[in-house]
Amino acid sequence: MGMPKLLAMRGNEAVAYAAKYARVEVVAAYPITPQTIIVEKIDELISKGEMDAEMIHVESEHSALAATYGAAIGGVRAFTATSSHGLMYMYEVLWWTAGSRIPVVMAVVTRAMGPPWNIHVSHEDILATRDTGWLVSMAENNQEAFDLTLQMFRITEDPRVYLPGIVGLDGFILSHTVEPVELPDQETVDEFLPPRRQPYVMEPGEPKAMGNLVPDEYFEELRMDMQQSMENAVKVIREVGKEYAKYFGRDYSDLVECYKCSDADYIVAGTGSWMGDAKIAADKLREKGYRVGVMRLRWIRPFPWSDVREAAMSKRAVIVMDRSLSTGHAGPLFLELSSALEAKPSMIGVPAGIGGVDISYEDIERFTEKAIQLVEEHGRVYIPAMWYHLGKIFPTYPSSHVKLD
Amino acid sequence: MAVSESEESRKRGVVAVVEPAGHKLPLSMAGPGAMGKTGYWRTQRPVVNTEKCTGCYLCWLYCPDNVIEMVPGKGPRGQDIPVIDYDYCKGCGVCAAVCPVKAIDMVDESKFLAKEKEEGDGNA
Repeated sequence: MGMPKLLAMRGNEAVAYAAKYARVEVVAAYPITPQTIIVEKIDELISKGEMDAEMIHVESEHSALAATYGAAIGGVRAFTATSSHGLMYMYEVLWWTAGSRIPVVMAVVTRAMGPPWNIHVSHEDILATRDTGWLVSMAENNQEAFDLTLQMFRITEDPRVYLPGIVGLDGFILSHTVEPVELPDQETVDEFLPPRRQPYVMEPGEPKAMGNLVPDEYFEELRMDMQQSMENAVKVIREVGKEYAKYFGRDYSDLVECYKCSDADYIVAGTGSWMGDAKIAADKLREKGYRVGVMRLRWIRPFPWSDVREAAMSKRAVIVMDRSLSTGHAGPLFLELSSALEAKPSMIGVPAGIGGVDISYEDIERFTEKAIQLVEEHGRVYIPAMWYHLGKIFPTYPSSHVKLD
Repeated sequence: MAVSESEESRKRGVVAVVEPAGHKLPLSMAGPGAMGKTGYWRTQRPVVNTEKCTGCYLCWLYCPDNVIEMVPGKGPRGQDIPVIDYDYCKGCGVCAAVCPVKAIDMVDESKFLAKEKEEGDGNA
């Protein structure tokens, strides 16, 4: 058996390699920044003869996912990647893929939605997929982007799940940043990842129709089945994450990653690469005497409901960093965490870093300290959107019951 | 692949996978009535005048719902004649429109049913 090798690569390349190791057979893609390198790299691997796959160059993202889905429904492991407006253009096909219960894996390199034009990191694109029936995960670093992609094939192709899955990685911060990534050897991957399974295959000789008109009650029952499969997925993710540790030494059995949560009074929660900065901020705040922990959501769908409750329900306050906003209310993660935690801790939502505005660990330290002070001053607080922009707090709708400035 | 269907699910156009997870799937296998009996959608009923019919098969060929069956040699002159499956005929009138000898009349469905009921009552 070969040895794993440690290489320096961008997040985009890590994802491309994961598709190669998964023995993906069809990739259909349309270039969009910042994911373009993923499909360029796959094209390169195919042309060098290192990857045995068919690359379909299509005329749009709608077609990119439609062709990927078409290949998958025909029985092969298929993959695509997109970002931002490309993902929105695919939106209809996201529902077709999930509703037809066909496993497909897609990377979403997160990026802001225009206008104005902006190619930098934001989470409004990936979080708009929450309701589609796709599994949605978010990587913190390039190694995790590789690992989640490989695991996503096994999770989505598990008969208890049979739903497609998205691996999210932050635009530029991960997609274009070089980090060390350990690549496994192919034999070990082949042992970890069984041949593709799917609920049915469209093939000549056995005529069947997918997506025909059905009575309304049956439509609703299919949605109920998908919800049940999401519940199953929680279990499957844990199993596969544990197996992954056996094969590759990195454990993914937790749907949320908790950093110094157990003794913490205050939890900073969120998803994506900036949670690494949040860990540094937590250490800095601990030096100042605040017991702060970090809860990073590795999975958005299925929502890690019990994990989140176990980690944060009894805390004094939860500060939720949201790199997107459901304009007119609050950040999507704030809303989801408030719901899962029944808003028992004080909750402070912090929209920040939207459109790629740089957020350092010092920024996180600053708004977290401000939130802690509000809790210490007022006792319990519930602040949906305490917007943090260029070092300042901007109270926004919905209006807060405490004065923020 | 292990796709199976119960009679009920087939009727409703949804197929369940038996093994191993038993998911419901938005699939239908070739067969009539995925959406239930669609004949009740009909407001106009095609009625075949077998005296006029020449057995040319055009109505059978054009029927978009595949609900016309040609019965060989059952016409009054020994010709093949169309028999319509009213459980699924939606009354679109394509058969009447393509008939070269105007052997299919489109009649008002509710009047037809009322008349049928009246005649039924009369017989009783």
